[in-house]
Amino acid sequence: MPETATSSAPGLAPTGAARPGTATPRRPRNPRFDVRSVLLHVVVVLGALVMLFPFFWAVITSISPGAGLSATPSFVPTDPSMSAYLELFTHLPFARVTLNSLGLAVVSTLLQMTTGAMAAYAFSRLEFRGRDVIFAVYLATMMIPLQVLIVPLFVEMKYLGLIDSYLGALLPTVSTAFAVFLLRQAVNQVPRELDEAATLDGAGHLRIFTRIVLPNIRPALATLAVFAFMQSWNSFLWPLIILRSPELQTFPVALQSLQGQYTTQWDVVMAGSVVSVLPMLALYVLAQRYVVQGVASTGLK
Amino acid sequence: MSNLTTPVGRAAGRADGPSPARRAPTGHGRRTGRSAARRRDRWWALAFLLPSALPLALFVLLPMAGAGWISLHEWNLISPMSWVGLGNYTELVRDPATLAAFGHTLGYLAGYLPLVYVGGLGLALALNTALKGRTVLRGVYFLPVVTSWIVVALVWRWLLNPSVGIVNWTLAQIGIQGPGWWTDPAWSMASVVLASAWKDLGFVMVILLAGLQAIPADILEAARVDGAGWWRRLWSVVLPLLSPSTFFVVVISLINGFQVFDQVYAMTGGGPNGSSDVVVLRIHSLAFRYGEAGTASALSWLLFAVVLAITLVQIRGQRRWVTYA
Repeated sequence: MPETATSSAPGLAPTGAARPGTATPRRPRNPRFDVRSVLLHVVVVLGALVMLFPFFWAVITSISPGAGLSATPSFVPTDPSMSAYLELFTHLPFARVTLNSLGLAVVSTLLQMTTGAMAAYAFSRLEFRGRDVIFAVYLATMMIPLQVLIVPLFVEMKYLGLIDSYLGALLPTVSTAFAVFLLRQAVNQVPRELDEAATLDGAGHLRIFTRIVLPNIRPALATLAVFAFMQSWNSFLWPLIILRSPELQTFPVALQSLQGQYTTQWDVVMAGSVVSVLPMLALYVLAQRYVVQGVASTGLK
Repeated sequence: MSNLTTPVGRAAGRADGPSPARRAPTGHGRRTGRSAARRRDRWWALAFLLPSALPLALFVLLPMAGAGWISLHEWNLISPMSWVGLGNYTELVRDPATLAAFGHTLGYLAGYLPLVYVGGLGLALALNTALKGRTVLRGVYFLPVVTSWIVVALVWRWLLNPSVGIVNWTLAQIGIQGPGWWTDPAWSMASVVLASAWKDLGFVMVILLAGLQAIPADILEAARVDGAGWWRRLWSVVLPLLSPSTFFVVVISLINGFQVFDQVYAMTGGGPNGSSDVVVLRIHSLAFRYGEAGTASALSWLLFAVVLAITLVQIRGQRRWVTYA
């Protein structure tokens, strides 16, 4: 999607530069001197600054000890300090919490990629009875929101003895219909001639899957990886319910619990927020294309 | 992509598979070889599907059925279940708190949808022009989308802090007494809406931008040659052609909107005085605070039914306003 965005598809573009009343369909030769264009730039850049302001303010707050004690905010901290970050990682268990979240996100992502790619191969390349029905059931599971499942899922985990364990947090995320759907689309686009050639060379399904299909669906796997990582890193409801002890908690849950009943140390809460955004920011900068695709193709955030 | 329409593809495959005209010259050897390969395929299919099918069955389908079963009982998650039939459902429908939760959820949508749609459309139109640095701008607008709801809620709770927040401070500078935001029952839902719209604006923008780019340039050019002004072109050409993207945004927003939880939990906790209690928050407190797992499950099924019904109604109703070029 981002590539198509950079290619200059006009859309409404001519309108921004169009002079009212001109009969010729040609645009003004130099749009830079167009007042409307300048105005548009100003508005859009101002909008971007407004969008960025909450992030900026979180960073400023995080390095201003005692933020929230005074009613007059200062845009340049008078006494900048990293004490809130130190607090997070020394007095509060955020080193452990970060590792918990990272570990769960990485394992969940890898498993989702594996299970998803295997199922995608089956649905795209193997013939078996009831294939379409099974695929429809997979798709139907996408319709079911997690919120409907939390109570029985909790009960199930209780029977399995997995309350307050990493496994309990992880298991419901190891396979998603979205992964299967996304990857099946990709596998369908791998030319079948490649499989046939490999079959003639004596390759079986396992070989075709690992040597031909997987290398050819790398972009889709990347989109899935970014998306699955984000889902896990940002997930809140299920970890909130299943993980009870502080040393097992994930980042968003621990962060939310920093809010005090009566007083809140805003510099610490904002420091935690900043740290929590960093992995996503890094991933976003490195793989913006895949992030945007992943989110846009599902509508899940 | 063509395989997306599986039933058709499959029917076609069948039609030429066993047709005698095609099979005759290949003979029996080939046929048994083929069916042997198919039998082998079946085992491979099992092996390839099991790692995804088992978790989906255990952690989606089974709990889904479980929710239905639990919803017919009174149960506090500990002592034995007692059958109440549809009692939980009738109790829910009569409970003012349930109605209030659905009402707040609708209120959230009524504020959120116009904000993100108009904002997202404006941005998409702006970024669809020959704008300098629009890749960077798009990146900036999209950044909140990848941020977790908890962070969004906490940051906005801080920005909208009634006494020491920057928003009310700024308002005070220009002589306006800011509201109590999340501490005021009249403003708590508005605070949630504001934070949510900020987070999702970039998402709506990306969807609409993709839709705009799919509009053929010559149609717009033709409208311009015919003398249609900017508003006219927007209203009569762009918006109708953009309706599939609009449809997607509305459907997804409604589905996500009914399931809103994280940001409300972290920002207002449903308060003050239950003024921002939404459906999922209510499910959560029923099950894990009041020990009413049966009622909670019934409410989750009710929510699912409502979302499903609204989505189906929209899909049926789209013929009236969605134009596929």
